[in-house]
Amino acid sequence: MIPEIGHFSLILALLVALALGIFPIIGAARGNAVWMGLARPLARTQFLLIAVAFVCLAYAFATMDYSVTYVATNSNSKLPIQFRIAAVWGGHEGSLLLWAMILSVWTVAVSLFSKHLPDDMRARILGVMGLISVGFLLFMLMVSNPFERLIPAALDGRDLNPLLQDPGMIFHPPMLYMGYVGFSVAFAFAIAALLGGQLDAAWARWSRPWTTMAWVFLTLGIMAGSNWAYYELGWGGWWFWDAVENASFMPWLVGTALIHSLAVTEKRGSFKAWTVLLAICAFSLSLLGTFLVRSGVLTSVHAFATDPRRGLFILVFLVVVIGGSLALFAWRAPTVGRGGKFDVVSRESFLLANNVLLAVAAFSVLLGTLYPLFLDALGLGKISVGPPYFDTVFAPLMTPALFLMGIGPIARWKKSSLPEIAMRLRWAFGVSVATAMILPVLLGHWTPMIGLGLFLAFWIFASSAHLVYQRLRGSDQPIITRVKAIPRAWWGMVIAHLGIAVFTLGVTIVKGFESEIAVRMLPGEVAHLAGYDFTFKGVEEIQGPNYTASRGQLLVTKNGVERTILSSEKRLYTVQNMPMTEAGISPALIHDLYASLGEPLEDGAWSVRIYYKPMVEWIWAGCAMMALGGLLALSDRRYRMRKRLAKEGALKANEALA
Amino acid sequence: MKRFLLPLIIFLVMVGFLFIGLNLDPREVPSPLVGKPASMFSLPRLDDPKQVFSPKDMLGKVWLFNVWASWCGACRDEHPILVELSKSGLVPVYGMDYKDTREEAQQWLQQGGNPYVATVMDVDGRVGIDYGVYGVPETYVIDKTGLIAYKQIGPVTYEALHEKILPLVKKLQTQ
Repeated sequence: MIPEIGHFSLILALLVALALGIFPIIGAARGNAVWMGLARPLARTQFLLIAVAFVCLAYAFATMDYSVTYVATNSNSKLPIQFRIAAVWGGHEGSLLLWAMILSVWTVAVSLFSKHLPDDMRARILGVMGLISVGFLLFMLMVSNPFERLIPAALDGRDLNPLLQDPGMIFHPPMLYMGYVGFSVAFAFAIAALLGGQLDAAWARWSRPWTTMAWVFLTLGIMAGSNWAYYELGWGGWWFWDAVENASFMPWLVGTALIHSLAVTEKRGSFKAWTVLLAICAFSLSLLGTFLVRSGVLTSVHAFATDPRRGLFILVFLVVVIGGSLALFAWRAPTVGRGGKFDVVSRESFLLANNVLLAVAAFSVLLGTLYPLFLDALGLGKISVGPPYFDTVFAPLMTPALFLMGIGPIARWKKSSLPEIAMRLRWAFGVSVATAMILPVLLGHWTPMIGLGLFLAFWIFASSAHLVYQRLRGSDQPIITRVKAIPRAWWGMVIAHLGIAVFTLGVTIVKGFESEIAVRMLPGEVAHLAGYDFTFKGVEEIQGPNYTASRGQLLVTKNGVERTILSSEKRLYTVQNMPMTEAGISPALIHDLYASLGEPLEDGAWSVRIYYKPMVEWIWAGCAMMALGGLLALSDRRYRMRKRLAKEGALKANEALA
Repeated sequence: MKRFLLPLIIFLVMVGFLFIGLNLDPREVPSPLVGKPASMFSLPRLDDPKQVFSPKDMLGKVWLFNVWASWCGACRDEHPILVELSKSGLVPVYGMDYKDTREEAQQWLQQGGNPYVATVMDVDGRVGIDYGVYGVPETYVIDKTGLIAYKQIGPVTYEALHEKILPLVKKLQTQ
């Protein structure tokens, strides 16, 4: 009965979304206040209906209702409760429901915090979001219904993919989707502005906090995913340039460009058409990511079950949404004014260069992701584009982008002078060059890549320090007062930029100085790596809720002093008969020690791999700082009112997901 | 006006490719070699280059021929499944280490376990051409008469093994 309620609720939600996508937009075009006024109640009704469906599915998982196909294929009676709930989005149908759910959360958030918007603008924004929702709900009801019954019911479920049975599964997808889907707000703002012909500074001011919020979620979602891959896949990598990772990275790159370009549009009125195009692209890439994951066009570790009908549906949906909005762009954008003029050397120019670099980077990732498909479609054979391509393309694009990051915030709007900038940053430049030359030698060895990475990281540190110093000096007030006098948005920028520096430092050091050994170990034997001694304490058999495991422990000592114990497990998930490795990690600020149990060998020996990963945690610390910077910008005085409301929106989202 | 149309045009071209892509299965390449005799190479073994292995030695048996490399990420996915399979003893698995170095390949086998009765080295990829290797990993089922009966592109998944490869092996073994 409960699943039928969920199903029915989804059908009602589709009808409501249709009404939301039709009446307010027509109302806005005709100036009909009643029709425009329908937008808010419809947005809220839609949210309630999808939430009911979501709760129904979660209930089916919690009560182990194996008469529902989706529950039976993605859960098992021995699966612990927290993973049974997370299994709601563990498969294709449920993750679509999560997507629709989060879209309705963003829609309802816009309906709550848009009192200051003109009625027609709000009606159009909510209407556009309603139309997107129609697509997803229709997709679910037509070819991916999570409530489909299984008759006769299964005795027990086939279990959740063991790879997904991890705390990362509970946070990573909702965070990532909050980010992905959050760009729908910026998209809806852009489309509404194109429809209404009001592309002005006010439009940029309104859509900025929403974009930043989505970007914060996306940053955290990608961070959680990368960290999860690091400890779950068992070989110490943290980014694989997998098609699905790329699908989340492309919107991030374009979203980052969008944040910067919105700032210019708001402050200087320039880049209007470009900003709109970026807003359309950020969300289009999110949709494209969905298509790539779900259509089976590309192979990936993330691949969901494939069905050509689904792929065709999403492709048609993509054509309607992206093609439609790009056509609208081509039609309306030429009427947009040019905005304020600026000099070749000015903050606008630097931000434009940054934008172009980020957009080209996103495009090159897109190219690398789709290239195998292009060749295949043209009948030129099958290839796979791996990390070598992305590493080669990415470093040359990111080097100037990071270098400009030091200069942009120092340059003046409109007209700046290169000699003056050079004068102001000469110390920062000297410090970073010196560090790049000397530090690697102290750490062991110098290579051009290590030197470049350290130079860029310290360049951002030093130029940010100079920026803060410039801004704080020259006043008699106490330092706290001076810090508080500067808008939080500015501090947010500084912290996010420092986050990039921390991230770059982490990547450089771990790539340059990591080491690993693979050894055959008998209990009691000792292995040596990076000044540490690892004593193999043997392997014990343990029984998990839905797996059996061999757990091997390594006692870590340095100069005879005990430091920690690494315990790594080789699990066999019994339902799917699938082996998994759980790495044993001792994380620390300076370095991680990472051990992963291999195969049992003869005479009770085991193969063991041990990794020394210096400063790898800085990679995620850097991402966390970027997100923190975004949050700080959102808490800026001019948004404070909206911030409180947005928080309530996020809380609601959490409640609904719980 | 024209330059504002550019994004739309680029998008439409991409859609065209995606539409064609929908009808292609990235894991299934119709191999012209299925049903044809497997190439009877003779290559040095990984563990001892003085010894050679040739598919001729396997005439009269059904066997799996797995192409792998230590540099191949997807091989890590299928490796535990092959190790399990070799323990079950249902069908012998022979490996070909493709465009790889001996040292790294041996280290890889030490780490992940060695499911292969024997592995040969195809350093320059010459034999790979005869077998129509598109990418690593690939796995061939070869029957008693030395004909290629099936080709798995990409990693051997649990489903592929139990739903396609093993039933086929059983059928071929009874022939």
